Amino acid sequence: MLNLKKDLVVIGGGPAGLAAAKKAYDEGIEDVMILERDFELGGILPQCIHNGFGLHYFKEELTGPEYAQRFINDVKERNIEIKLDTMVLDVTKDRKVYAMNKKEGFLEIEAGAVVLAMGCRERTSGAIGIPGTRPAGVITAGTAQRYTNIEGFVPGDEVVILGSGDIGLIMARRMKLEGADVKAVCELLPYTGGLTRNVVQCLEDYDIPLMLNHTVTAIKGEGRLEAVEISEVDENLKPIPATAKTIKADTLLLSVGLIPENELSKKADVVLDDRTGGPIVNEGRETNIEGIFACGNVLHVHDLVDWVTEESQIAGAHAAKYIKNSFAKTNKCVDVKAGENVSYVIPQKIELEAGDRKKIPLYMRVSTPLTAVDINLYADGEKLYSFSEPFAKPGEMISVPLAQKTLDDLDNLNEIKVEIIEKEGE
Amino acid sequence: MIETKTLTCVACPKGCEVTVEYEGDEIIDIKGNACPQGQDYAKEEIVAPTRILPTTIRVKNGALPLCPVKTTKQIPLENMFEAMQIIGKKEIEAPVKMGEVLIENIMNTGADIVATRDMPEEI
Repeated sequence: MLNLKKDLVVIGGGPAGLAAAKKAYDEGIEDVMILERDFELGGILPQCIHNGFGLHYFKEELTGPEYAQRFINDVKERNIEIKLDTMVLDVTKDRKVYAMNKKEGFLEIEAGAVVLAMGCRERTSGAIGIPGTRPAGVITAGTAQRYTNIEGFVPGDEVVILGSGDIGLIMARRMKLEGADVKAVCELLPYTGGLTRNVVQCLEDYDIPLMLNHTVTAIKGEGRLEAVEISEVDENLKPIPATAKTIKADTLLLSVGLIPENELSKKADVVLDDRTGGPIVNEGRETNIEGIFACGNVLHVHDLVDWVTEESQIAGAHAAKYIKNSFAKTNKCVDVKAGENVSYVIPQKIELEAGDRKKIPLYMRVSTPLTAVDINLYADGEKLYSFSEPFAKPGEMISVPLAQKTLDDLDNLNEIKVEIIEKEGE
Repeated sequence: MIETKTLTCVACPKGCEVTVEYEGDEIIDIKGNACPQGQDYAKEEIVAPTRILPTTIRVKNGALPLCPVKTTKQIPLENMFEAMQIIGKKEIEAPVKMGEVLIENIMNTGADIVATRDMPEEI
């Protein structure tokens, strides 16, 4: 076994890991190692060949591979150590990381700080339990994306997509452009889970029908998928049998949600939040385990990579501070709570000393689509201030800054709560 | 005949609902946009919608069999399938660098097809 020692170990070389490593390096921590299980850096971005990335962070529109390439180039310029084809097997709460690869065998790395950046995984057909047979041709949208954009084969000719998450919408257009007949995108809920721009550019541009309040009620076929049965659902999301119809298809793509990948986090006794599926963190993105940080989709599923970058820079900067011992906690923790119509808020707690509080953005999602909303912030029950937005959608993350006055006053508070409500009379 | 269409502006992820009143190719009124980009977008969407085309191109001797590419600027939406045919017929040789021009001035649109990542040679 090879024993190594590193100031910072970053687990995962996708957008989160790359941004965290780069930021920590720029903050003076030069002894950084990224562990990546794939043969190259970039995470999922190399297969997200579509444009629409970077508008917030770079102020220009990039494709996924371009967004990744910029960070890969930045990391390589910085002399950050990268171990590819390396699988992390275990992380302990005293920050020992166990990994292995073909060249070096088994590695034990003692880390000054650890950044968890393992991303998320797709929900699969098993997770949603569709009735019917189990033929080939039922795959997740991300798998289809990998086949089509990386490996070079289009996985089918007649396609139905279940779920209107962004990957599903993007793959509807992609397969259509590659010559497939994309028959419909079915969404169980009365609204889409993807970004509005994707509904326009991927479905409306190519006349692909979006069937809201519809789900797949049966899978038919032996060996290969032959058809899917779809049905409308009632207000309780129960299929209405009389509405069932059969669509001929050899491929069913599932875009039915993403789950933060926290198997390693659990091994280190990191406490997870039931609502996000990711760790509970403070404003530096430190988990309940000292010196172990988390950022990107392992923390909560993001809709834009730009927010992943912003969040990972926060984690990288605080990991650097932790390593330099310039990171102190107050003895009191302010809870950040999700109020009415808010499904979650990140960070869940604020507990670092005032010197570290220059700017704290709160990331949140609404639980249901709303129009003409007020985003209200409360401190210990007293209203602080509001922001107005024309609408709020569950698919689009909202970022709200805490005002400097609130930050200065935090030591006297116990709880901050955010609610998002529709304005009265509209 | 005067027609009304409500569009979702895709100039940025904000997604303003923009309502356009128009007759043929003539724009009468544009409402609901939060910034001037929305005005331009709505006008273009009615008269001649254009999009960036992101796709892949086959690679000989590459670390991967495909390299992602895009048009350097938006091209007419109606040209997408023909552009896909042209790109589909081409095979390039590794290595390539991000930004390298692989097809010039596709379909006389003024847009080049460029690589959107570095593609090293097969190891």
